[in-house]
Amino acid sequence: MKKTVNDLSWMIGGPQGTGVDSSATLFARACVTGGLWVFGKREYHSNIIGEHSYFQIRVSSKQVGSHLDPVHLLATFEDSTARIHAHEVVPDGALLYDPTVTHPENLNLPKGVLLVPLDYAEVLRQVAAETGESFSKLVIMKNTISVAASFALLDFDISVLEKGLAGIFTGRKAKLVPMNMAVAKKAYSFVKRDSIDKFPYRLEQIHGVPQRLVMTGTTAVAVGKLKAGCRFQTYYPITPASDESVYLEGLPEHGMLVMQCEDEISSVEQAIAASIMGVRASTSTSGPGFSLMAEGIGWAGMNEVPLVVFNYQRGGPATGLPTRHEQGELFFAIHFAHGEFPRIVIAPADHEEYFYDSFEAFNYADRYQTPVVVLTDKNIGNNTQSFLPFDESKLRIDRGRVATKEDMSRYSIDGMYKRFAFTEAGISPRTFPGMQDGIFWMTGDEHNELGNIDESAANRVPMHEKRMKKLEIAAREIPEKDQIRFYGDASADLTLMSWGSPKGAILDALPKLKKAGINANFLLVHLLWPFPAEAVTRILKKAKKIVDIEMNYSGQLASLVRRETGIQVHHKILKWNGRPISETEIVEGVLQVAKKNEAKVVLTAGM
Amino acid sequence: METTKINPKNLSEKPLTMKDFKTDVHIDWCPGCGDFGITASVQQALAELKFAPWRVTMVSGVGCSSKTPHFIKTYGIHSLHGRTLAFALGAKMANPEIEVVAVGGDGDGYGIGAAHFVHAGRRNVDLAYIVYNNEVYGLTKGQASPTLKRGEKPKSLPLPNVMDGVNPLALALSSGYTFIARSYAFAGAHLKETIKRAILHRGMALVDVLQPCPTYNDLHTKEWFAQMVESHGQQKPRCFDIEKEGYDSRVKDASNEEEVLSKKKQAFEMAYYRGEQVPIGVFYQIDLPTYYDRIAVNAPILNQYTPVTLPTQDPSGKPTSNLSSALASYLV
Ligand code: SF4
Repeated sequence: MKKTVNDLSWMIGGPQGTGVDSSATLFARACVTGGLWVFGKREYHSNIIGEHSYFQIRVSSKQVGSHLDPVHLLATFEDSTARIHAHEVVPDGALLYDPTVTHPENLNLPKGVLLVPLDYAEVLRQVAAETGESFSKLVIMKNTISVAASFALLDFDISVLEKGLAGIFTGRKAKLVPMNMAVAKKAYSFVKRDSIDKFPYRLEQIHGVPQRLVMTGTTAVAVGKLKAGCRFQTYYPITPASDESVYLEGLPEHGMLVMQCEDEISSVEQAIAASIMGVRASTSTSGPGFSLMAEGIGWAGMNEVPLVVFNYQRGGPATGLPTRHEQGELFFAIHFAHGEFPRIVIAPADHEEYFYDSFEAFNYADRYQTPVVVLTDKNIGNNTQSFLPFDESKLRIDRGRVATKEDMSRYSIDGMYKRFAFTEAGISPRTFPGMQDGIFWMTGDEHNELGNIDESAANRVPMHEKRMKKLEIAAREIPEKDQIRFYGDASADLTLMSWGSPKGAILDALPKLKKAGINANFLLVHLLWPFPAEAVTRILKKAKKIVDIEMNYSGQLASLVRRETGIQVHHKILKWNGRPISETEIVEGVLQVAKKNEAKVVLTAGM
Repeated sequence: METTKINPKNLSEKPLTMKDFKTDVHIDWCPGCGDFGITASVQQALAELKFAPWRVTMVSGVGCSSKTPHFIKTYGIHSLHGRTLAFALGAKMANPEIEVVAVGGDGDGYGIGAAHFVHAGRRNVDLAYIVYNNEVYGLTKGQASPTLKRGEKPKSLPLPNVMDGVNPLALALSSGYTFIARSYAFAGAHLKETIKRAILHRGMALVDVLQPCPTYNDLHTKEWFAQMVESHGQQKPRCFDIEKEGYDSRVKDASNEEEVLSKKKQAFEMAYYRGEQVPIGVFYQIDLPTYYDRIAVNAPILNQYTPVTLPTQDPSGKPTSNLSSALASYLV
């Protein structure tokens, strides 16, 4: 029988708090140990224990940045997951289930799905009898059973599982590996040879693949901040952003102060004040918290304070879909808060970009002395990907214009310093509290060069202009490769356009589209503000047909492109059901646009 | 004595006077405003403590009193309405070597900034917070502030106040402030000394300063504060210094729960003092580890460096943070 090798979508589910995440982590890490690549999608409710959650792991022989809609192997250890997800299993796929709780005849399973019963309790009873370990102590290892039985069915070498376990249980927990392996081996033995032969999907080890990182986007951002020298992080608990801060709290050896604040207002103000003192400072939040921060970020803009704010978008408005994904805040990010002030908005689009942008955002903030908003989202933030280790060798910290001796003699009078001096370059050198002859003031009011209140028209015009002009400087200085990214053949028939996390699904879909006869290229807008109108215009002018792809209702990027370049985008593929776009959906959606010339395709996959 | 904690780096080499802390920025407060008295006391306190002006950062919110930093020649952060303590706390935590003094109004601190006020107490950051308490929102023409009592009607209100007033000292006590005091804008030496003690206190210090607003508050005027009033059948000054009458605010042994509780009870009763007289002075004080101390227990590197001095790059800009141990568990 010809088998599909190393191209698989595996799903595990169950009530929250019952080990779904640990099963998925073990499955993913073991696959990577075996030289494969993974993308893991996590879906959960705004609930701690009991509601249904599931984790989908896509495995491939090449790097992947998205999930697939079809499920090839659905692993369950209780009944609800089988009931909820049975219809997603492909006809030649398989269902792993516990026959003591799940009855396949009651499920909405497509015809042909291979049924693989696995009596979890029996596996544990036999291991208990053979090892003398108590049954109740073994119950926690049912996660290992799901993964081991899945690997058995996929004919995957059990040695990768042992390595996977050893990677998870380290230090004092290392002693748990042998017992987990005993359970795993027993589970392997429960999967019949006949089922393995019949199942048309297989995983095979690939040797010689270098080590890779397997992590979530929030972790990538966190280590990027550490690398950038950020030593002041503030937050108020919110899903999904606080994972980043809590992770940083656990690394006190770097001396980073992680301040859990009373609200997001305090979070942003504390970070601003810390930045004024001279430390690189940041805060991370999600939609509702970001709304609360608006006034504070405006103050930072007014006072030319470098500040890095991460907004992990989730489903809005209001509380919205607090644990789900959306890209609804593009317009908000470029317009939030009253009055005009310069802000830089960037949108990293995959795990690696989360790290590099987390690093670079601080350089932008220091260089242009203004707030930088990094628009991230739940899709990358919470999801897991395997990728090659970060290249840290080229990273450089640029603290921007800090007062030199010359500046001090030029801008200092009687101990006081013109923090907001008008300079030829358009950016004023900074002093920090504690520096002699550097005394300045800051105020939310319009101010003079020293920072004292000055409402005069004669001051307002040049001072406001000086601030706003920094956007022009940034637009000029930020290299084009950091403004937009372009993938594929310039003369393609279709130009797909997006920002942020749909990137993974789009890049994964391009070769599939090609196979289906569609030659498409892809424009990713990375710098959202100041809008890279020139670069975007150049690409889109050459495009034969433009398709905007976004995770929101209105197609915000398409509107922005129209506003900033005059180019109208006639086709949109949109999704706002809170579940990220899959490769499958991009392929189908683009085919609809290409073949039927649809103006708007609405995607709805996901539970 | 307060726990002394002056960083020698912060002391001026030459002797200073109040003048060294004055700017020539035009002061636009109404004539007779209590803010003048408080600002002068702050300047005098800073001069007497011999702080080099550039080693001090004044932080304020928004309101009449929040303009104060512009009139004092130190670094000044005139922040947003209600955010005085959030800014002050961020500044102090980022650079604990700097003397950070927070000032602002009662609307700013006990109204829109009340959440920050409460949580600042829980953290015990080493800050002095001076609140100019005049019972009205001056800069928006005299609406009732959070400290105005129910039924009171200063001339700026069309009808008597229908909300109860908050008791800032009691609120500070239940929030965990480790130095709680009250003074009066024109109390001169008392105010200046109280401010000095608040600055010297190692921890979160509140000085609630009763401040006449001659423009909008015609109930508690300078004249009202200067009146002699009847107390136990005797004529006494309106403001009386509790510490001169034997009140001992200090907890001697912070680990003695009983002593802590009895000092808190005493402070609470004094905060709700009934009668014509107004008690001023230090109501409660205790030495407890500061927020920075508590964080440095887990991050000892913060005893050696502060967030602003932690080395993070070499002269060429190459980042020096080593991620290998953080990344190890993610490397497969
Ligand atoms: S309104 Fe009141 S508080 Fe404000 S400056 Fe005038 S007198 Fe002072």
